[in-house]
Amino acid sequence: MSSEIPKKERLDRQIMALRVAKEFKDGNVVNLGIGIPGLAANFVPAGREVIFHSENGVLGYGEITLPGEGDLDLVNAGGQTVKRAPGMCFFSHDESFSIVRGGHLDISVMGAYQVSEKGDLANYMVPERQVGTIGGAMDLAFGAKKLIIVMNHTTKEGDYRIVKKCHYHLTAPKCVDLIITDIAVIEVTKKGLVLKEVAPGWTPEDVQKLTEPKLIVAPHCREIELM
Amino acid sequence: MPVNKIVASFDEAVADIQDGAVIMVGGFGTVVSMPSCLLEALDRKGVKNLTTVSNSSGFGADVWRMQGAKFPEDMDILVRNGRIKKAIVSAPVSAMYVNNFEKLLRAGKVEIEMVPQGTLAERVRAAKAGIGGFYVPVGIGTVIEEGKEKKVIDGREYLLELPIKADFALIHAYKGDRWGNLIYRGTSRTFNPTMAGAARVTIAEVDEIVELGELDPEAIVTPGVYVDRVVARPRECPAP
Repeated sequence: MSSEIPKKERLDRQIMALRVAKEFKDGNVVNLGIGIPGLAANFVPAGREVIFHSENGVLGYGEITLPGEGDLDLVNAGGQTVKRAPGMCFFSHDESFSIVRGGHLDISVMGAYQVSEKGDLANYMVPERQVGTIGGAMDLAFGAKKLIIVMNHTTKEGDYRIVKKCHYHLTAPKCVDLIITDIAVIEVTKKGLVLKEVAPGWTPEDVQKLTEPKLIVAPHCREIELM
Repeated sequence: MPVNKIVASFDEAVADIQDGAVIMVGGFGTVVSMPSCLLEALDRKGVKNLTTVSNSSGFGADVWRMQGAKFPEDMDILVRNGRIKKAIVSAPVSAMYVNNFEKLLRAGKVEIEMVPQGTLAERVRAAKAGIGGFYVPVGIGTVIEEGKEKKVIDGREYLLELPIKADFALIHAYKGDRWGNLIYRGTSRTFNPTMAGAARVTIAEVDEIVELGELDPEAIVTPGVYVDRVVARPRECPAP
């Protein structure tokens, strides 16, 4: 399918994280996964107070520090040092997952290898290595009120990542609410996948070419707003 | 006789851990949360066929030395020296690179039971709290549900999960006293207080031993009743 891939500019990691952060509402409790999701901590819209949770037992941590400037006893789940902030608190791992499993998290953001049109998520078994790490992903996928996936729209080889049915081991079935990619924003609904936003220069037809299941184009589908 | 759980050395602290023991190891991803000196002592003892219960399977001391860790050993010291028969673990491998555990796994030299992190924490907590089992929704519709009892409660499907019982729990804390009361520092708390008391014997490696009464009773995280041995690292620690 590589001949069909539109050669247009895609959003970079920072911009994707910026778009993720626009989903955070004032007062939300949010867990950010490793990679692009973690970057979203630095893009909370002005005037909104967001409380970040990390699996390793912290609520209310501050921005990610510059490399080498942090305290190793103050890290997010990805091991990045973060800043101390007013209101933050620490707790044990069982408490941390009572927060996750008990429905106390408003939003969880993580990456994925594949998402199906029903919102099934596959993101722990590294496809080419046939090993994987479940970590906190299953608990988060089952427990968070809203699950946002942020990922590149296709693989490096140009294969679909938004698929009719996941080929990889599932992290959780029917759990994804919103998919933010380097070319589109797609909502998972009972009727199917609804294309809500496209990256600058992209059309809904371009996005459809890189998406296996049929997309429903939202009546007000627009260019991704970043500011 | 005053209660005194303080042990003089790491080797003495692990002296009765035998081949085939089930060992919980506290901490999370970064080495500063882990009982590094106890892991070194356990490795020196030369035990084999351990079943380990831990969040991760280690990145290796080289990674942590580069970050300036004074005590750089994580689970990798048991992995690379072939001391583990079976790992009950949540995050065994890294998406970024191939660790020693992954090499053993691919070579068929270690057994694995991968457990979702929250379920792992709760199975450990259940052992500590005397709970015979519990139901969680996590894992329904995935490989985790294989072989497990399912139950519908209030219209939602759940899996029965059982406690993980262990012989020893090796944990790391910031400060401890001779009763075994412990406090932690920042995000290095993680699995340490969860595992304290979940095994037959809990051994706490602390940055500093303080006099009884010095820890604020309002701030003690792990009550000493869960801890059997306390052993101090040889160093001064920065104030929190």
